[in-house]
Amino acid sequence: MLETFNSLMASSFLIAGLGDNANLMTGRVLLATWETIYMVAISTGLAYVVGLPLGVILVVTEKGHIAENIAFNRVLAAIVNAVRSIPFIIFLIIVIPLTQIIVGTYIGTAASIVPLTLAAIPFVARMVETSLKEIEWGLIEAALSMGASSWEIIRKVLIPEAKPSIILGVAITTINLIGYSAMAGIVGGGGLGTLAYYFGYQRYQGDILLVTVIVLIVMVQIIQMLGDKLVEKTLNKGR
Amino acid sequence: MIHITNLTKIYTTPTHEVVALNDVSLSIKKGEIFGIIGLSGAGKSTLIRCINMLEKPTNGAITVDGEVITSLDKSDLRAARQRIGMIFQHFNLLSSRNVFDNIMFPLEIAKVPKDEARNRVNELLELVGLEDKAMVYPQQLSGGQKQRVGIARALANNPRILLSDEATSALDPQTTRSILELLKNINQKLNITILLITHDMNVIKQVCDRVAVIDDAKIVETGDVLNIFANPQTPTSRSFLKAVMNKEIPEDILLNSTSFKNKKNSRLIHVSFIGSSAGEPLISSMIRNFDLQANILYGNIDRVKDTPFGNLTLELIGDIEIIEKAMDYLRNNGLEVEVLENARNI
Repeated sequence: MLETFNSLMASSFLIAGLGDNANLMTGRVLLATWETIYMVAISTGLAYVVGLPLGVILVVTEKGHIAENIAFNRVLAAIVNAVRSIPFIIFLIIVIPLTQIIVGTYIGTAASIVPLTLAAIPFVARMVETSLKEIEWGLIEAALSMGASSWEIIRKVLIPEAKPSIILGVAITTINLIGYSAMAGIVGGGGLGTLAYYFGYQRYQGDILLVTVIVLIVMVQIIQMLGDKLVEKTLNKGR
Repeated sequence: MIHITNLTKIYTTPTHEVVALNDVSLSIKKGEIFGIIGLSGAGKSTLIRCINMLEKPTNGAITVDGEVITSLDKSDLRAARQRIGMIFQHFNLLSSRNVFDNIMFPLEIAKVPKDEARNRVNELLELVGLEDKAMVYPQQLSGGQKQRVGIARALANNPRILLSDEATSALDPQTTRSILELLKNINQKLNITILLITHDMNVIKQVCDRVAVIDDAKIVETGDVLNIFANPQTPTSRSFLKAVMNKEIPEDILLNSTSFKNKKNSRLIHVSFIGSSAGEPLISSMIRNFDLQANILYGNIDRVKDTPFGNLTLELIGDIEIIEKAMDYLRNNGLEVEVLENARNI
């Protein structure tokens, strides 16, 4: 369904761009912007579906925590670190076979979602881990003293208490993924990165490059602002 | 209600071992308020955490309400913990929940039906006097109010035992008093057994029936609070008492006292009165019955829980034999008399 919606959006931008040259460029910028939003939003969402539980597991399996499992924790931490240490531009190439299997092609917007999501998962896991570690141990101890199970502690203490910090993490992750998506664009991933590379760099269209940069700046500003607003709202409940 | 036998807890770090509890045995009776006093690092925090297994003992057994808590499996332990309430020094309230939902928390864990739980929370809010703060978030409350929420939360599942981990240590003296009053009321109203740990003898004095003194991982003294106040057996107990009973006499007064200058026909004594004898004029009848003079250097009267408790430092001047007889007279009338041999060591 999402795929259908995406192609509908894309064709409507192209139709808007038909006609003279200026309109064509506007259409291209709009399309590329949409593609970037689409890629980043889906990758961020998917990265959290996997990364959030992973971050929780990283915390609770630590020594002395509610579901201590030191061996498992070490292996998981090592995998997370390994993936995080691969530069994204190299990561893009490494996952091509996998992308090929999942999406059927390794070029285009949909194909970019695979490396973006995979690269973001360990990043998200570490962000979530940091957020959860800010919670005072006393709160967990109090819940334990009431007879709470590990699952209840995760659901009713860890996540709600870390919510403001997790929201900020989402903003940071999204902004990072915008940067990554531009990189993906250079190897044919679509979005603003592709636009900037093909038109701005290869065709020496400085104006396109400038517009791309401006659109990116605006996007990042909006996301950070939304994140801050949301955090403020959650915190203000109690002040 | 709580039986602790040969409890030992050793923390092992890669480099060395730390003995936090060394062969501790204690029995706490149903319905009493039992205090454990010790300096920080003495092991009291570890001890109270062993009772609901927040700390796993290295050795020894703990029985709570007939149940050997140290050998329960995970799910039985969770059920047992629901019957043991606990309050904390730093309150440990959830900042993501308002007061009402914080008190609701243990009821959610115990799977109490929603309507019943709501009624229970309202009862508890009334019990701790916070009916008007139900929808407020913990960040907006004062320390004393936060601890009241903590108490309400700990009582939610009708526990038989309440553990108090330095619950008043982060509060000012006035708030401490009101929280201790609340604990005393709860103890009487609900007949709940309270075990508290503290480093403050005032807390013991105000609410406890019995006390254990812990020092360097061992219990050094156990007994009725009144007995320990009147007749402390160990230096640790004495140093805790010093903090609440001002027995110090200014040095220049001591140096000029007859007993300091002339040990032959005078004695410096400390007398403590407990309960009803605090109301009787024993000193004046002593002076009338024996041929001696009494010089009062220091005196006060206080309360240990609900019992009046007096202290008097006297200088008795006269014939030594008569002084000895007069001291026997005081002892026979139920007073604790202690001769302060070296005036500086009071």
